[in-house]
Amino acid sequence: MNLAPAHAGIHSRLASSGPGSDQNPRPSREPLGSVGSTKAKTIRLVTADAPFGLELGGRIGPIDVEYETYGTLSERRDNVVLVAHALSGDAHAAGWDTNAQDTGRLWRTRKPGWWDAVIGPGKAIDTEKYFVICPNVLGSCYGTTGPSSVDPTSGPTSPTPYGLRFPKVTIGDWAELHVRLLDTLGIDRLYAVVGGSVGGQQALEMALRFPDRVERTIIMAASARLSAQGLSFNAVGRTCILNDPHFLGGDYYGKEPPAAGLASARMLAHITYLSDEGMQEKFGRRLEAGTLAPSGGFGVEFAVEGYLAHQGKRFVERFDANSYLYLTRAMDYYDASVWGGGDITEACRRIQARVLIVSFDSDWLCPPESCRDLALALIKSGKKVTYANVSSRFGHDSFLLEPQTVAGIMNGFLAN
Amino acid sequence: MPLPDDPRIDPGLLAQREVERLPPGLFEWRVAEVVQLASSRNGRAHPRLSKHGRWQDEVIAREIEPGARVLDLGCGDGQLLERLQREQKVQGQGVEIDAKAVLAATLRGVSVFQADLGEGLRRFPDGSFDVVILEETLQTLAKPRLMLGEMLRVGRRGIVSFPNFAHWRVVVNLVAHGRMPVTERLPYPWYDSDNIHPFTLQDLLDWVDASGVRIVAGHSFAEGSVRALRPEDNLHAEEVLVVVERK
Repeated sequence: MNLAPAHAGIHSRLASSGPGSDQNPRPSREPLGSVGSTKAKTIRLVTADAPFGLELGGRIGPIDVEYETYGTLSERRDNVVLVAHALSGDAHAAGWDTNAQDTGRLWRTRKPGWWDAVIGPGKAIDTEKYFVICPNVLGSCYGTTGPSSVDPTSGPTSPTPYGLRFPKVTIGDWAELHVRLLDTLGIDRLYAVVGGSVGGQQALEMALRFPDRVERTIIMAASARLSAQGLSFNAVGRTCILNDPHFLGGDYYGKEPPAAGLASARMLAHITYLSDEGMQEKFGRRLEAGTLAPSGGFGVEFAVEGYLAHQGKRFVERFDANSYLYLTRAMDYYDASVWGGGDITEACRRIQARVLIVSFDSDWLCPPESCRDLALALIKSGKKVTYANVSSRFGHDSFLLEPQTVAGIMNGFLAN
Repeated sequence: MPLPDDPRIDPGLLAQREVERLPPGLFEWRVAEVVQLASSRNGRAHPRLSKHGRWQDEVIAREIEPGARVLDLGCGDGQLLERLQREQKVQGQGVEIDAKAVLAATLRGVSVFQADLGEGLRRFPDGSFDVVILEETLQTLAKPRLMLGEMLRVGRRGIVSFPNFAHWRVVVNLVAHGRMPVTERLPYPWYDSDNIHPFTLQDLLDWVDASGVRIVAGHSFAEGSVRALRPEDNLHAEEVLVVVERK
């Protein structure tokens, strides 16, 4: 009763939308450095009779968490690297999902896990050395309990997904739940926790919340809190979803989903993940293939419009609109300075982990200055910090798209 | 004459530096000394600095107390901090602008903050380090005086090492050839040199006098060896290292 009903909706939409006919292009021989075939595990971390207390109040149970692991846990259990995914990410961080057909996550037949460039044998997070765990966050739609999961109070006769009855979740809740996962797996300390974007904030939160359990923290393209501009982007994205006539107060499961709203939200967000320079280089003012001259109409004419429309469409195939609302809110509410009564320097005094912060010079969603401010707060609090500002034209998404640069510094940091 | 209300101009210094204001005979005496040094050393092998590697590292390691909080400005690939962390168990933090150097330092286990020192240390808090090191960096900065002030704001003590542009070989080079000197430690011609603010030992001593700062210790590389700083070193020291603190 945990996952199947929620994903049945997504599955059926996918099955009717066509990409099911895709041939699996997975190479017959594994490319060098791949973790190979992967299969997610799901664990019931919280039962209905002992619900999980949330940071903003309320309790929820049961909670299932989907996670993947790569590499081998050392005998001393001292080689664990927890990878925290970004907003639309999932537990499938590396390798090729053997379950993609069964779970209806057909996009996974086309590409490996989202951080495959970084995680694998001989890669920056070397699975020959480290035991990597990547759990999906609470409120998401990739196997961990979220708004598309069945609300246990809806009763066995008419099981209904939570929708907006799902409680508000925070990055603190994600951290608590993932530590509960570690407890269940018998892991006391993390060799490192690593994340980019909102995953970077989770990495920071884990170092703040569990200072004696985290030895190293790598925070990429993330700061202590979102700026007014960041809050604004999220607000517009949510407005797109909330104003979609198919949204129906969040109870759209089993019906036509608010696809237009979610696609628009993704189109806007996608722009914030790129840089002006990168978009200019990739598309410029080029017209969409097949468009000979601007027609004066309002359809897709420029190549960049076609690209964004494609991104929106792809996203709708794989993400739940309610999850988008919940996860962006978690991001909005996050403020690491609460650990210091509103003073980030005071907050940083809690941290015992060694910290690596990486920003990207073309990132305008989480600009280098905001990452540098966090690094300076750590220095002010008497901690050592490595801060690198990587030159890249890929904007916020550089942490995904600059594996060589990012791998070098991560590798060096993790080795010491 | 520049306008005296320009904050960068110290009228006192201007007056002192006019040649005719030197005490009688001093000008002739100094010129004679340079000529004598030049003719007596001419043809003799010049002691090679390279043999001595980074002699400053050795001196700095002795000047720093175990466990100190150390900020190394322009730390490069982190060699010095790695050594200080290993031998002196210091709490080390580097600052470096070059991405490759940041990576190299990270590989050594040195924490580096990637930043442009030209922007100063504005965001670094007062008194957050016991020692701030400027090893062969000051003369490469656009605003050296700003950085000197910042050094002693952020740190209790400062360690500054620099090539001394009043060394007699440099002076002779300039006088005899009429060109900016190119030497082993100043290997690039003026247009390619990182040393955009050449200065002398005497220049630094003037700053010390004018800034409420005192010299705690001084060392020089002169005539092929490292020794305690001497009064005649403005002409004799090729490289200088001083430890300074606020009075």
